[in-house]
Order: sequence, then structure tokens, then C-alpha cells
Amino acid sequence: MSTLTAVRGGAPVETPEPSEPTPRRRRWVPYALLLPGLVWLAVFFLAPMATLFSTSLQVGSIDEGYRPAFRIANYTEALSAFSEQFFRSFGYAAMATVLALLVSYPLAYAIAFKAGRWKNVLLVLVIAPFFTSFLVRTLAWTAILGDQGLLLGQLKDIGLVSPDFRLLARPFAVVLGLTYNFLPFMTLPLYASLERIDRRLLEAADDLYSSAFTTFRKVTFPLSLPGVVAGTLLTFIPAAGDYINQRLLGTPRQSMIGTVIDSQFLRVLDYPSAAALSFTLMVSIVVLVWFYVRRAGTEELV
Amino acid sequence: MTASHDARIPAALSRAGLSRRRFLRGVGYGGVALTGGSLLAACGTDPAKPRPEEQVAPDRSQQEKVVNFSNWPLYIDVAGKNEGKRPTLDAFTKQTGIEVNYTEDVNDNDEFFGKVRPQLQAGQPTGRDLFVVTDWMAARMIRLGFVQQLDKANMPNAGNLRAALESPPFDPDRSFTMPWQSGFAGLAYNAKVTGEVSSVEELLTRPDLKGKVTMLTEMRDTMGLTLLDMGKDPSDFTADDYAAAIDRVQKAVDSGQIRTFTGNEYAQDLAKGNIGACVAWSGDVIQLQFEDKNIKFVTPDAGVMLWSDNMMVPNKAAHKANAETLMNYYYDPAVAAELAAWVNYICPVDGAQEEMQEIDPELADNPLIFPDQATLDATHVFKDLSAEEERNYTQAFQRVIGA
Repeated sequence: MSTLTAVRGGAPVETPEPSEPTPRRRRWVPYALLLPGLVWLAVFFLAPMATLFSTSLQVGSIDEGYRPAFRIANYTEALSAFSEQFFRSFGYAAMATVLALLVSYPLAYAIAFKAGRWKNVLLVLVIAPFFTSFLVRTLAWTAILGDQGLLLGQLKDIGLVSPDFRLLARPFAVVLGLTYNFLPFMTLPLYASLERIDRRLLEAADDLYSSAFTTFRKVTFPLSLPGVVAGTLLTFIPAAGDYINQRLLGTPRQSMIGTVIDSQFLRVLDYPSAAALSFTLMVSIVVLVWFYVRRAGTEELV
Repeated sequence: MTASHDARIPAALSRAGLSRRRFLRGVGYGGVALTGGSLLAACGTDPAKPRPEEQVAPDRSQQEKVVNFSNWPLYIDVAGKNEGKRPTLDAFTKQTGIEVNYTEDVNDNDEFFGKVRPQLQAGQPTGRDLFVVTDWMAARMIRLGFVQQLDKANMPNAGNLRAALESPPFDPDRSFTMPWQSGFAGLAYNAKVTGEVSSVEELLTRPDLKGKVTMLTEMRDTMGLTLLDMGKDPSDFTADDYAAAIDRVQKAVDSGQIRTFTGNEYAQDLAKGNIGACVAWSGDVIQLQFEDKNIKFVTPDAGVMLWSDNMMVPNKAAHKANAETLMNYYYDPAVAAELAAWVNYICPVDGAQEEMQEIDPELADNPLIFPDQATLDATHVFKDLSAEEERNYTQAFQRVIGA
């Protein structure tokens, strides 16, 4: 604008803007840009976290009100009552993560290296389930795995399995549901890191008479590790807290910690126990992830 | 009837089980922890019960001809496939000039309680003038002082309430509540899968039903029937009786006899034959029978449980008089019959049976919609629990159902 007026005025004088903002201004701009994020974190993460922790140490009931009491026993009682569900959650989440990795790796590999012009179509297919509600997808499995469902109905008709055999309401169905529901979280990071691998490195390995398997073991897989780490985290963390798959596909004997927290909070109205369990779940996940990422190497996780 | 019937399948998500809302919330639910956290109250909370002067808000019923009504999904008559068109409500608006903001946001008693508790406890309006919850939740809300006394002068039709429902233990003279619909909790089985099932004992032990049995997550229904089967009275039992009943159900869970505990979603499993027999609600079974005559409802000899869902006016409701007008309207026998013809639960209104003769004589003779006095006399209700009992019994039951 300033240049324009100058030209019109007939005076060809340049009035350049200062090429850099003043140091004074520069100092607060980054903070100002951070502010919305910080406020968000403070209001929706730190504050709830603080009240959660405070609730976990309170005593009382819905009728009498709750008061802070710094009662550590809330933790020990809740943990001794529900340790089984804790371990089961981590066990199922770990199984689901491993299964998801086994299924996703070849899938991501094929999309990244072999799909050619079908790449985008295949990627859309991986993401497509997200367009439907999580609930509908999980319910669909009850139809597929049902005792007289798509799968077993056929097998029972031709006499391959006994009429009393069932897949639903077993750990198998719960782990399968978890694996299926979090599959895209595994596939996409894997795809992203496989896609970025410099093909010339693979050619170089080939030129050096490496077998296909050795190339994979020494070149492709190590280079895809960031994707493996990101994918396993994105699968394991939500799977450990899940309470839907167990309820729809499992029985009480498969109950997971998410189910317990839900019931303690909403049904038993024991807020301190619910808070103690939530807090423990969060801390144990953070600890597990911390060790895992340290072993896997943080600098790779970009 | 048949057309609207299809729309009921998502009812799997209602009553006592899971809600769509909760699932959707759970999209990022690695943070179950975080979600729980943000809901939990801050540093200490006061006792829940508000003082009387905190309960009432100025009634704007005369100035604003509206009423905000929260109810369960699929619990009102609709015109054909058009879920937004509700004949009885439309007729009400025509008759009285009162607009009804009808919201189907009660998916689950406990969850609804979690949703309105913060406002009611803080003495703030909930934005609702009328909502419907089950007996025990109504009892809890009355105990906590969350709801207002009804003005019977605005409800001349209230006298049409069936005698058997007039004085539940939690509200002996019906001064806070009016039943919306009632129902039986009994047993159901699929005759294609199994032979007749006539008692809870068979449900819990019969070898051919192993892994093909479900019970309800609604504690009062499941435990009430179990207590009855053990010869105990659900309206008067001891902690030891309850513990024994819990052990009995636990044994069946451990042996794999019981497949799972459900809300309404047992209906599809029963229809598909994934389960052979279950604890069931009468209205669900009537609806299943429209499509499959093999689904049978059983009233065990030991007795059935009777429950009601009750309309209540929460504290600080701005249109209390309008809400009372609406309740009065639904106690008109002709309106009640129209509603019952669609909902298929027990109609709590005297005189509706005669009106039903004109709509659908077959339904008018259905003992699960219009049970006779003798049948009702033989039903049982769960006892009114103190806060401590409620907590202990719920805790024990939640352990059994795996949570």
C-alpha cells in the first residue's frame, strides 16, 4: 500500500517495511501463539487431572457429600479388588497390538511398495471404517461371529464344527474386536514410514547381493521402526482403556478395567474408587510407554 | 404398527445397557481416565440434598406455552416411519396450545443421573420440566430432594392410576411421581433353541442352556427374580439373603452358564438364537413376538418383578404447571390406550383397556399389557434401599456382572 501511494504521488521513494520485527515484539509473539494451546491444556487437562487426583483421595458418599481426606487406602483397596481386570486389560491390549502389527505390516507394505495406482484407493479403504460409528462396527461383529451367524452358521450347516461351538463371549472375540477396531491406527503410521523409505537404499542392498529377506531385515524393517513404535502406541493405549468390545463381544469373565471405571463412576457412585482406578490406569500406561519409547529410541519417533 | 416396529432395533442401546452417546464419547477413549476425570467433582462436594427454597423456580407456564420433556428412546407412539411425528403429543399441542420439546435423552438410569446430578446438586435448572426414570432411580432422586411435589389440582385424571401402582414404597401417596409405563421382568426363551424354561433355577443350572443364558444389568430385576426363586421376598430380605443370591448367580457366571448381562440388547440375541433363554422385560418380548412366535415370555411360578418408569418434575423446572397438564393428558384413558398400542408395556391407566378394544382387540386381551388384578397382586417390587444398602448391593452386583 505504501509503495502504491508513493508511485501515484510521483515520488519514486521506496518506503521499505522493516525487514524484521523489533526484538521487543518478537519476544512475546511465540508465547502469544502458544497461549491458546496452553489455556486448552490447563483447562481441559491439568485442571481435570488435579480434581481427579483430589477426588481419588476423598471419602464420603453421594448423600453426605465428599470431603478431602488424603485417604491412600482408596488406591490400595481399589487395586486389590480389581487387579485382575487391570492385568487382563493390559494382556488383551498387548495381544491386540501384536495381532494388529502382524496384520498391518504386510498391508502397509503392500500399499507403500506394491499398490501402484491403487494406493489411494487402498488407503481410503483402510480409513473407510471410520466413517461409521465405532459402535455399529463392533455390533457388526456380533452378527458375523454369532452362534448361527455368517461364519459359524455355514460351518455348522456343513458339520465342520459342533453345534454348540461358539466364538462370541470368549476372550478370542474381545481381542479380535480390539484388533479390528484399532487396525487403522496401526496401519497408517506404518504406511507413512514405509512410504518415506528411500528406494535407492533397497537398490543398493540388491546391488550388494543381499537376499530379499536380508534386505527386509537389515534395511526396510529398521527404517520402518518409527512407524512400528507410533502404531503400537496408538493401538495399545486406547485398547487398554476400552470398555466397549468386552461388553458387546465378551462376558463378565473378560471384563476390563474400563468397564470397572465406568461402573464405579456411574453405577456404584463410588467416585473416589473410580478416580483412583483412572489415575492408576493413566500412570501405568505412561510408565509402560515411557520404558517402551526409551528402549525404542525417542529420536526415531517423529 | 409393523412399519414403526423396525425402528426399534436400536433399542439395544437403551434401557440399562450402552448408549450411543457414551460410545461416541469414547472415540478417544484411551483416556477413559481423562473422561472420568473431567466429570468428577472438584475438591470436595456438599451433601446432595438442597433446601426447600432451592427447589422451586418461578413458574413461567402461563407466559411460555412449552414443556421440556425427556424420555427414553422408542417409548412413545410415532406415525409410521416418521419418528418426528408423534400423534399423541401433536394432539396435546392442538388441545392445550402447549408445545412439547420432546427429547429422547434418557438412555440409561445411571447415566441420566450422572448427567443431571451436577445441576440439581448445585440448585441450578436442568432445562427439563419433566423426565422419566425407573422406580429405584426415582426413589434415589426423591431421597436426595432433586424433584418437586406435584400439584394434584392440575391433574384431575391422576385418579385413573391403577390401584396396584398407587403406593410404591418410595412414594407412598404418589406425591412426586406418576408412572409413564410399567412392565414385568420375567423369563423369556426361544422355542427354536430350547424347550420350555420355567424357573430361574433352570436358567442357572440346566446343562443344555450352558453359555446360552443372559440376565439383565438392571440389578433389581435380576436379583429380584433370583431372590424369588430362592423363596425370599424381594421387598423384605436380609443382607445374608442377598449375599446368598449373589453367590448363586456368581456360580453360574463362573461355570460359564451365563453368557453375559445386558440391557435391551438381549432382544436381538434371543431372536437370532445366540441365547436360548434369559431374564427379559415383557414389552420387548411382545414386540419380538410380532415377528417370531417362537419367542415366549414366562411368568415363573415363584413370581415376577413389577417395575414402573416414572414421570417427575425436577427442581427449578420453569414450566411445572405445563408438565402437570401433560401428565394429566396421558392419564386420559383414550390417550393411554393409543400410547400402549404402540409401546406394548403395562398401561398404568384404568379404563384404557376398554378404549383399546376399539384400536386393537387382540392387544386389549393381552395379559402383559392389561394384566388383571390377580396377576398384579402376585407381582413383586424390590425393596426401597437406604443409601448404604444401595451402594453395597450395587457394588456386589457389579462385581458379579464383571465390572
